[in-house]
Amino acid sequence: MSDEQQVGIVLVSHSGPVAESVAELARGLAAGGVTAPVAPAGGLPNGGLGTSAELIERAAASVDRGAGVAVLVDLGSAVLTVKSMLAEGDELPENTRLVDAPFVEGAVAAVVTASAGGDLAAVEAAASEAYGYRKT
Amino acid sequence: MLDTDFFRRWMTAAAASVEREADQLTELDSAIGDADHGSNLQRGFAAVTEVLEKDAPATPGAVLTLAGRQLISTVGGASGPLYGTLLRRTGKALGDDDEVTQAQFAQALAAGVAAVGQLGGAQAGDKTMLDALLPAAEALATSFDGAAEAARAGAVATVPMQARKGRASYLGERSIGHQDPGATSAALLVEALAATATATDGVDA
Repeated sequence: MSDEQQVGIVLVSHSGPVAESVAELARGLAAGGVTAPVAPAGGLPNGGLGTSAELIERAAASVDRGAGVAVLVDLGSAVLTVKSMLAEGDELPENTRLVDAPFVEGAVAAVVTASAGGDLAAVEAAASEAYGYRKT
Repeated sequence: MLDTDFFRRWMTAAAASVEREADQLTELDSAIGDADHGSNLQRGFAAVTEVLEKDAPATPGAVLTLAGRQLISTVGGASGPLYGTLLRRTGKALGDDDEVTQAQFAQALAAGVAAVGQLGGAQAGDKTMLDALLPAAEALATSFDGAAEAARAGAVATVPMQARKGRASYLGERSIGHQDPGATSAALLVEALAATATATDGVDA
């Protein structure tokens, strides 16, 4: 499967380091072939905590290969910002989806699935399934 | 009729009001939130003022759409997408007209407020900005001052409520007894609107 057909993943956290680290973790655990494009969009452009529509827009554009983009988010304003951008219709690449998943576990599942060539629906399903893995 | 300049002056007045009341908003937010509502909105509305000076949108709808876009980009907290949605949806509902009637504006604002409720999944009584915006939008059909009064009363009415949305909801019953920062800033916005109308000749305030 060539890179052109892989689903892109955007990781939106209130914290820049969290988004970057989770991206690195997911890439690391998905390693073994060509990993799908992953971009972190964490914190504000000045490095503060929060959510930035601009960083999200840029990250989504950078991972878009035409096969769709899955966006995973952490808390409150990250969820609302992505939802409001999707509602506008022209700020995120066509076929961008907000995926309902736990942030870290969902990111790993999404990157593994996208790297294996799964389509957007498969990536979304894999990430959401991470909710089903109970820890106690 | 309300022209483009009216909406630009409303946004400028709102920015000045947020600037003036930023400390109070942050104080309210430190009781039941994460103590950044004032500074977040201050940053957002400063950016709104700047972009409106630079870009000079040509219609009322374009003023509000551009302002909303700016808030979503710069605020950083949940109030960014919420106020951004309010202004953008209101702006889009106004369409491309050069001037709009007060009735048109009231209807558009109601559409914007409904979009906020949909985005955040909140209703009246949840202790959010909607508790100020819903009665304000309704009153605006007849009076600017009435809208400001309704927004202020709506904000005060959030004091005995228990928060059911956002970070304040984590506090459960401990959120009772504090005025909601979002409803308070929403009231500031509507008060700025009424003040703009009062200062404008030919607008029945």
